[in-house]
Amino acid sequence: MLEIDGVTKVFRGRRGDVDALGRIDLRAAAGEFVSIVGPSGCGKSTLLNIVAGLEQPSSGRILFDGQPVERRLGRTAYMHQKDLLLPWRTVRENVTLGLEVAGVRKAAANERAAALFEPFGLNGFEESYPATLSGGMRQRAAFLRTVLTDQPLMLLDEPFGALDALTRASMQEWLLGLWEGLGRTIVFITHDVEEAVLLSDRVCVMSARPGRFVLERPVELPRPRRYEMVTDPGFVALKSELLAALRAPESVGVL
Amino acid sequence: MTPGSRAWSRTIAWGIPSILIAASIFAWELIARLTDTPRWFLPPPSAIASALFDDRRLMLHHTWVTLEELLLGFTISVLLGIAFALAIASSRVVERAFYPFVVASQAIPIIALAPILLIWFGYGLTPKVIVVVLICFFPIVVNTVDGLRSVDPELIDLLRSMGANEWTIYRVIRIPSSLPYIFSGTRIAAAVSVIGALIGEWVGASAGLGYLMTRSAAQFLTARVFAAVLISAVIGLAMFGIVSLLERLFLPWQHIGASDE
Repeated sequence: MLEIDGVTKVFRGRRGDVDALGRIDLRAAAGEFVSIVGPSGCGKSTLLNIVAGLEQPSSGRILFDGQPVERRLGRTAYMHQKDLLLPWRTVRENVTLGLEVAGVRKAAANERAAALFEPFGLNGFEESYPATLSGGMRQRAAFLRTVLTDQPLMLLDEPFGALDALTRASMQEWLLGLWEGLGRTIVFITHDVEEAVLLSDRVCVMSARPGRFVLERPVELPRPRRYEMVTDPGFVALKSELLAALRAPESVGVL
Repeated sequence: MTPGSRAWSRTIAWGIPSILIAASIFAWELIARLTDTPRWFLPPPSAIASALFDDRRLMLHHTWVTLEELLLGFTISVLLGIAFALAIASSRVVERAFYPFVVASQAIPIIALAPILLIWFGYGLTPKVIVVVLICFFPIVVNTVDGLRSVDPELIDLLRSMGANEWTIYRVIRIPSSLPYIFSGTRIAAAVSVIGALIGEWVGASAGLGYLMTRSAAQFLTARVFAAVLISAVIGLAMFGIVSLLERLFLPWQHIGASDE
């Protein structure tokens, strides 16, 4: 589905070059949920920007379904940490934005959105403006917009990072119940190891700048996952292994 | 807040200024009458009111002339201002070429420019419209440019990641998000547009409120001057009010309070 093949990124600046990404290799199979965990500033967002086509790698290639793709804009569904809802649009107009940009007729777009307001907990808020919604609801609306963008590959950049702990836990549980029915491939960025293990099929740990993968582990917990699994011995063991890799000097960088 | 206390706070919000205005008019009337001030020096409000009423046809005639200059100039400013701002915001080259002119147009004292416009364009409508444009154009351009520039770059990235082209980004993000800025520039322009029309008329005109003011002042018809001033102020307030109303109609989302849950 997605292949990141030897991608590096160097930002050229006035005060010299900054190595943002070392050498990144990653494969995600169709329908796989892959998480990338790393310290802040390790280049996680740069990697997603490259996959989305907002930036080009300094070297290496991005392949979709085995084909190298140069122009990737419009080929992924990208969700940022900020909900980025347009305040002048109602929830309905916000969530159908991706379809609108793709040239889908308004009536058809609304019809596709209609069935999803219920599972996304936005029933009755279709005509509300984002300013009247709670943080969790805004994030669900942003997620619905991403799902409706209708691309098989979803890039999620710390989608729950801005939420308080309680809302965050309920959003994770909700996402667990939802995503298995979606059949999408997900690359999920977070700095929360527990969140990564709970949600993913595979977790990659990224080092500090220049970002590289220092550890990659499959998560062998059965699906459907439940929040109670966080106390499972396998879960705890994996979590501490990943945390150790995250804290190791080679991933934190020179202190 | 209970409905009763809201009604009460609204009463206070409107009541206090009303009482204050009524009291100052009354005090003015009293002082003008009791101190025997000559009417040509300080006419009492009652004399201004009767000047307004007795010469209503004259007032209406001159008001109409001023309104025409002002509405024409204002409309041109809005269209031209937004077009200029779009050009400036879309290209650094255009910005370098035109922005200095836009700023310079504001640095030149308009009152000094008006006589030249008179020489070039005569006593008619044109020089007044130009003065109105020179005054109104600036706040609209500057605010619109700020608005177009202040768009969250992440929003633009989001649209680009969806495969949107430049035009879609303008239509979906840049223009809607700069509308509040455009409206605030336009509100300022609406309020100062009267000043432009009056300056244009002061320098040389055969009709209009500015013309009426200078002529009446020369004849010591002070009540009539005050009446013309009053009408100008009402026009300015009305223009401001209309633009604010349009803003509420077009940008309903600007006026919803954020709720926590």
